[in-house]
Amino acid sequence: MENQYAIEMLHITKKFPGIIANDDVTIQLKKGEIHALLGENGAGKSTLMSVLFGLYQAEEGIIKKDGKEVQIKDPNDANALGIGMVHQHFKLVECFTVLDNIIMGVEPNKFGFLQKKEAREKVLELSEKYGLHIDPDAYIEDITVGMQQRTEILKMLYRENEILIFDEPTAVLTPQEIEELMQIMKNLAKEGKSILFISHKLNEIKAVADRCSVLRKGKYIGTVDTKDTTIEELSAMMVGHNVNLHVQKEESTPGEVILDIENMTVASKMHKNNAVKNVSLKVHRGEVVCIAGIDGNGQTEFVYGLTGLEPLVNGKITLCGEDITKAPIRKRLLSGMSHIPEDRHKHGLVLDYPLDYNCVLQRYFEPEFTDKFGFLRKANIRKYAEKLIEQYDVRSGQGPITMARSMSGGNQQKAIVAREIDKNPELLIAVQPTRGLDVGAIEYIHKQIVAQRDAGKAVLLVSLELEEVMDVSDRILVMYEGEIVGELNPKTTTEDELGLYMAGAKRDEVKA
Amino acid sequence: MTKKILRNEAFQSLFASLICIVLGVLIGYIVLLFINPTGAGEAIMEVLKNFLHYSKTNLQIKNFGNTLVKTAPLLMCSLSILFAYKVGLFNIGAAGQYCVGICASIYCAVALGLGWLPCLIIAAVCGALYGAIVGLLKSYCNVNEVISGIMLNWIALYTTNMILNTVKESTSPYTFHLNTHGEQAMLPGLGMDKIFAGNQYVTLALPLAVLTAVLIYVVLEKTKFGYELKATGYNKNAAKYCGMAEKRNIIVTLMISGAIAALGASFMYLTDYEQWSCTSSAVPAMGFNGIAAAFLGGLNPIGTIFSSYFIQHITNGGAYVDKTVYCSQISDLISAIIIYLCGFVFFIKYTMNNILDKQEEKQALKAKEAAETQEGGDK
Repeated sequence: MENQYAIEMLHITKKFPGIIANDDVTIQLKKGEIHALLGENGAGKSTLMSVLFGLYQAEEGIIKKDGKEVQIKDPNDANALGIGMVHQHFKLVECFTVLDNIIMGVEPNKFGFLQKKEAREKVLELSEKYGLHIDPDAYIEDITVGMQQRTEILKMLYRENEILIFDEPTAVLTPQEIEELMQIMKNLAKEGKSILFISHKLNEIKAVADRCSVLRKGKYIGTVDTKDTTIEELSAMMVGHNVNLHVQKEESTPGEVILDIENMTVASKMHKNNAVKNVSLKVHRGEVVCIAGIDGNGQTEFVYGLTGLEPLVNGKITLCGEDITKAPIRKRLLSGMSHIPEDRHKHGLVLDYPLDYNCVLQRYFEPEFTDKFGFLRKANIRKYAEKLIEQYDVRSGQGPITMARSMSGGNQQKAIVAREIDKNPELLIAVQPTRGLDVGAIEYIHKQIVAQRDAGKAVLLVSLELEEVMDVSDRILVMYEGEIVGELNPKTTTEDELGLYMAGAKRDEVKA
Repeated sequence: MTKKILRNEAFQSLFASLICIVLGVLIGYIVLLFINPTGAGEAIMEVLKNFLHYSKTNLQIKNFGNTLVKTAPLLMCSLSILFAYKVGLFNIGAAGQYCVGICASIYCAVALGLGWLPCLIIAAVCGALYGAIVGLLKSYCNVNEVISGIMLNWIALYTTNMILNTVKESTSPYTFHLNTHGEQAMLPGLGMDKIFAGNQYVTLALPLAVLTAVLIYVVLEKTKFGYELKATGYNKNAAKYCGMAEKRNIIVTLMISGAIAALGASFMYLTDYEQWSCTSSAVPAMGFNGIAAAFLGGLNPIGTIFSSYFIQHITNGGAYVDKTVYCSQISDLISAIIIYLCGFVFFIKYTMNNILDKQEEKQALKAKEAAETQEGGDK
C-alpha cells in the first residue's frame, strides 16, 4: 500500500530547562489535507513547528517524509524537503516589490544577471492557478496585509514546496481577508498541497480543516475529524479540566465606579487595523474585573492606552471622577493608578539600578525621597526599600543594594507588586502579573490582588491564564480581536464556555 | 579575598585603563620599530616623559603648566561626552559644540570687547543651543544623534571660519591675539602663573574644569535629576512607564552636554594660548579625544580628570620626538595609537569578568565532583 502521509512527526519530545515543551507528540499529515494544530498559548505548537522547520532539534522522536525517515538540522534542510512556512509576522522586505520578495534567495539568473521576466511569468502563472491576486510591481509597504500574506504564500509556491505551514495566519486579517484565505487554502489542498494550519480559533478550524490535532501543556491530546466534532468538544480538548490551587476569597461588595472607559479605540503598531475597537467598561471599588482573551487580541494595546503609554484614537477615560483621557503618564499615576506592567524587564524595572532605586521608581520625586534642593535622600530610600523587602518578602542576594538584573524573575515581580501596591492606589492594573512564575509566587501575588480588592480598591486584571481568570476575578470580560465580546460571571460560567468566547466562537452584545 | 578585589568595579576600571595604556605604548613602540628601529625606544620615552624632557626644573614646571592648560578643555570635552553617555546618548557633536564655543568666545572677546565672564556665559549658551538642535531632532524627529551631530560639526566649523574671518590678522589666517585685542576677556590667572614658573596661560580654567567634574559627579549620583537621567539612559521604556518626561530629558541632557563642551573651548581660547586658524578644514580634535578620555576614565567624572591629563600628557609629549629620525607626523601617530587603545577599557573589563566567571565555574564543578566522589566513598 502506498504511504498516505506527507509528513509524520512521531513521538517528538523537546525539553527546555525546567519545562517540557513537547512531550511525546505525534502528528501525521496526510497528502492533500488541511490539518489543524490547536492549542492554547504555551501549549507547544510553535515549538513543534520549529522542530519540523529545523530551528530546534528534538531530544526524542523521528520525522518521516513520504514514509522515509529524514533528518532536519536547519531550515535549509526543511526547504530542500519542500517544507515552507508562512510566519505569523511576515518576513518581507518592505522597500522591495512583491516580485523581488518572492524570488529573493532563489533569483533566476544568467551569469549573475537577474532574469526577472522569466520569474514574473512563473509568478503570474502561479497566482492565476491558485487565485492569489497580487500586483507583482507594488512595494510591500504600500499593499494591504492580505496581499502581503498572499506574497508569502507565493514565496512558498515559487519554491515548489509541497508542505505548507501556516502559523496563526488569520491573526492580522480582516474578516473578509480571512474568508479569502480559507478559499485559497482549500484550493491549495485540492491541487495536492498538504497544509498544517496552526490556530486557536475554533470556528476557523471547523470551517477549513479536515482533521485537527490538539496539544495541551506540551502533551498530545488527540486527533479528530473536524466534521464529526463540535466546537464545544474541540474547546474542551484544548482547555482541559485540570484545576489548580484555588484562591480563598469572600464575596465581593462592589462600591462606586472608579474607572470608567467609554468607546476606547487604540491604533495598532503591527498592522493598519485598530488593535482596540470601541471598548467601554467600568470597574467598581471592591471588585476584581478581569480582561480575558488569547494573546494578541488587543489586551496589550488596551493597557497602553489606559496607562498613557500610547495615545488613544478615540474615547474617554475617567478615573475617580476625573477625566484623564489626555493626561500625561505621571498625572495618571498620581491620580491613584498603579500599573503592574506586562513586561517587567521592558517597563517594570531599571535592571541596572539597585533594588532600592527600583522601589522608589514611582515615588522618587516625593519629599520623603528628594529634598527641596533636588538631592536624593538616600538613607530614606534605603529604609523604604528595606520596609518593602520585609513586608512583601522580596528575596535578593544583598538586600536593597542588589542589582535588579541579578534577582530571580519571581522576586523581581514581587518587588514590582510591592512597589505598586504600597503606593496605595485607587485602581490597580495588573497585566499578566504571574507570567513565568512558580506556583508559590503565583499564589502570593493572587493573595495580594484579592487583599487589594478587600481593602476597597478597584482591580483590573489582564490575564491569558484561564485558571487565573476563573480563580481571582469577580467579573470576566472577554476580549476578542480588540472588542469586548462577552461578560461572564466566574461562579456560573465554565472554562469551556470561556474558551468559546476567547476563540471567537461565541459573542454577546455587551454593554459593560 | 583577592577575588573580591578583582570583582570590584573601581579596581576593574583602573586596572583595565592601565592595561590599555601599556598596550598602547607597546603597539606604538612596535610601529616605531618598523619605521626606524634606531630611535624607537628613545622616541617612545620622549612621548611618556613630556615636560621631563627638560633638565631644568624651571622649564619642567613651565611645560607642565602648558600640558595642564590643554588638559582643561579636554577634560570639559570628555565630561560633555560622559554626561550624554550616561543618558544613553553618544554626543559625537561635542566637537562641533566645542567649535561653537571657540567662535562665541573669540568673537565676544575681540569684536564685542566683552569681559571674560560674559564671554564664558555666552559661549556656554551658544553651545547649549547647538546641543539643543541635536536633542530636538532626536526626540521629535527620531534622528540619530550621531548622524545629526556629525553634520552639525561641519556646519559649526565653516560658520566659525566665516565669522572669525572678521577678527583675524590681515597677514595670517589666525585670529587676533587677545593680549593685544581683547585683554579684558582673558581669564584671570589668580596668581597661578607664579606657581608654574611664570606660565601666564595657567588660569582660572583649570580649577573650573575640575570643579565641573565634581559637579557632574554630584548631579549624576546624588540628585533627583541624575536619577531621572540615568534611568532614562538605562531603560527609556521604564522611564516612560513611571512618567518621566523622557523627551525633555534628552533635550536638556544634550543642552548641558553642549554647554560643557563650549565652555571647554573658552577655557582654551580665553587664555590666549592658541589662536583660531580661519582656514581650518577640520573641527579641532579636542572633541573627539574627549571620547577616548571619557572611556579611559571608566565613564566616571572623577576618573576623567586623570585620564584627560594622561591623554594630554602624551599628546604634548609627542612634540619632543626627534624630528631628524622620524617625520613630524610621528608624534600624532603615536599619541593616536595610544588614544585608540584607550577605547578598549570596556572590552578589557568584559574579558576580565569572563575569565573570572570561567574560573568560578571550573571551581564549582571541581567542588561538585569532589563532593560526589566523597559521597560515592561514603557508600
